[in-house]
Amino acid sequence: MAADRLSPILPDTADVVIAVRGLVTGFGQQIVHQGLDLDVQRGEILGVVGGSGTGKSVLMRAIIGLNEVRAGSIKVFGSETNTLDDAAAKDLRRRWGVLFQEGALFSSLTVAENIELPMREFLNLPQALMDELAAYKVSMVGLPAAAGPKFPSELSGGMKKRAGLARALALDPLLLFLDEPTAGLDPISAAAFDTLIKVLKQTLGLTVFLITHDLDTLNAICDRVAVLADQRVLAVGTIPELLDFDHPWVQEYFAGPRGRAANGDGGRAANGDGGRAADSDGGRAANSDGGAAGNNGEGNTVSELGVA
Amino acid sequence: MAILELDDNAADGAEVADRRLAVRGELTIANIAEANDRLRSIAPAGKSLAIDIGGVDLIDTAGAFVIHRVLRDWKAAGVATRLENATGDAERLIAEVAANDIPVPCRPERRNSGLERLERIGEALYHASHNVGNFLAFLGQTLAVLAQTLIGRRQLRWNSVIHQCEAIGVNALGIVGLLLFLVGMVLAQQGAVQLRQFGAEVFVVNLIGRATMRELGILLTAIMVAGRSASAFAAQIGSMKLNQEVDALETIGMSPIEVLVIPRVIAMSAMLLMLGFFGSMMAVLGGGLFCWVSLDIPPVTFLTRLQEVTPLSDMVIGLIKAPVFGIIIAMMGCYQGMQVTGNAESVGRRTTQAVVESIFAVIVLDAFFAVFFSALGFN
Repeated sequence: MAADRLSPILPDTADVVIAVRGLVTGFGQQIVHQGLDLDVQRGEILGVVGGSGTGKSVLMRAIIGLNEVRAGSIKVFGSETNTLDDAAAKDLRRRWGVLFQEGALFSSLTVAENIELPMREFLNLPQALMDELAAYKVSMVGLPAAAGPKFPSELSGGMKKRAGLARALALDPLLLFLDEPTAGLDPISAAAFDTLIKVLKQTLGLTVFLITHDLDTLNAICDRVAVLADQRVLAVGTIPELLDFDHPWVQEYFAGPRGRAANGDGGRAANGDGGRAADSDGGRAANSDGGAAGNNGEGNTVSELGVA
Repeated sequence: MAILELDDNAADGAEVADRRLAVRGELTIANIAEANDRLRSIAPAGKSLAIDIGGVDLIDTAGAFVIHRVLRDWKAAGVATRLENATGDAERLIAEVAANDIPVPCRPERRNSGLERLERIGEALYHASHNVGNFLAFLGQTLAVLAQTLIGRRQLRWNSVIHQCEAIGVNALGIVGLLLFLVGMVLAQQGAVQLRQFGAEVFVVNLIGRATMRELGILLTAIMVAGRSASAFAAQIGSMKLNQEVDALETIGMSPIEVLVIPRVIAMSAMLLMLGFFGSMMAVLGGGLFCWVSLDIPPVTFLTRLQEVTPLSDMVIGLIKAPVFGIIIAMMGCYQGMQVTGNAESVGRRTTQAVVESIFAVIVLDAFFAVFFSALGFN
């Protein structure tokens, strides 16, 4: 039973947004993934973890079509990504947003113009409306109004990530890919970013594919966690389930000193059905005395985060 | 597709106090433009407005925003507004958007364009003078370190010098040789066309000998090398700067000028001397070949004539310039590399600047040399 539940393949009854089967990728002689399977369910935040060089980013890039796939199938919203014609591929791209590690903002455009770019490309909207839409997106991801007319070079690392997230959300996608969103942020910003993603997911009904090394993020917002090792997805499950999984790397990762600290020592269930358990009092041991940003209880809205 | 119906409950055209807006269909960003136009065209009126979004199948933040905007604008106009039949999700989205509806400027403020232009000119002038100052400082620093190296107070990094010699000199042999060979041929051909009118085709040899030895050989080589190597220096040192490698050198106690700049300067001046000579020879070869094939001047005649009409001073004057050009090109490249700050874009900009400025400097210096040697009586 336990082994079934940790399988990367969900039962047929599940509402699957991304389905990867038998994926093989590699560079030259080196094989990165060999027969990788993974399902992402609608409305969940799936955390993807793995040691350096296990191909987390390669997996994400393969799913969004930036890396070549040697074999296997990748279905996003039910359509096979590598056999789509141009129009269908473009249509699919409209339905997901991607946040790259450093934000990948276009340096010649202001933050607001960066957010407007996908709208300009895909939709024929009047400029005034695009400005209005960009304005609330800026505010929604917690950037100050003054950030709108700034160029990326004038922003800090955390602000770049927020701006990148706003651009990823520009077309109200159903699916969001995040590549290490909290890497390089200070703990307070990282916690605020976690909560932001969680609240956005709840408000907008997003499905999130999240690559991270941040154990706090995993505990705080991920519904399930997929572990990449040995060129495939070893197991997928909630953190308590993975804690029981018998594999040296998984044990070391989640039950090691950092894993225990992030998990609040007691192995508190961070991923309950309601998806809010992580916000409970001891959820973020790393931030417990600083007043973790995720503890606003039920009144937790994006706007409150805006000032966090 | 979203359908909007403004139902005035009015049968007889009378002013209606309580208005009702029914929205049906999909209110998402993909088809928001139409709904946006319709909603904008309805001016606030009456005493109250009820927006019924019970018929909306799909709503996202863009849809929520246009609904919110109507509520906001009508309320501001003194109309009591309310939302009807909203699902929990829709209500939450609209509340979310409402909470984030703050004025955000999207572009930097435009000011008086005349003033802006003036400001840009001033800024450019300031940067130019600043740049000259900085370059002079860099030049001084480099010359001081160079002098210390020459008198043995600092160690010269031979490995680096030899590696740079290969990159600057040996690897450029092909392209410089081909370029000058072709230039020699073109010079002979064009000269022959003109001189033929006077029946003085044999003077093509004078033209090739004097022009390439004294000016063209070294000048074109220097321009070629500036394009190849000044850009490479700026990019190499610039990316090291970005990567904090230059800072690391400094903290370890190695002088970046000694490690990075001096070997490049020495290698460049030595290699440009040799490349310049090689280039001149290739130009003579190209010209000679053209004379032989096209003008029937046999190689022996060509060489004898070349010896007669080209004084040794021409070659000396040509070659004397080479190390000077080399030092300037290398320093400009290294200087621009050292000026890189911030991001990768800066590397690109500095690389371009290194090429443009070093070519410019080479041509200006060459003009000075020409005037100088003429004044000394070398004609």
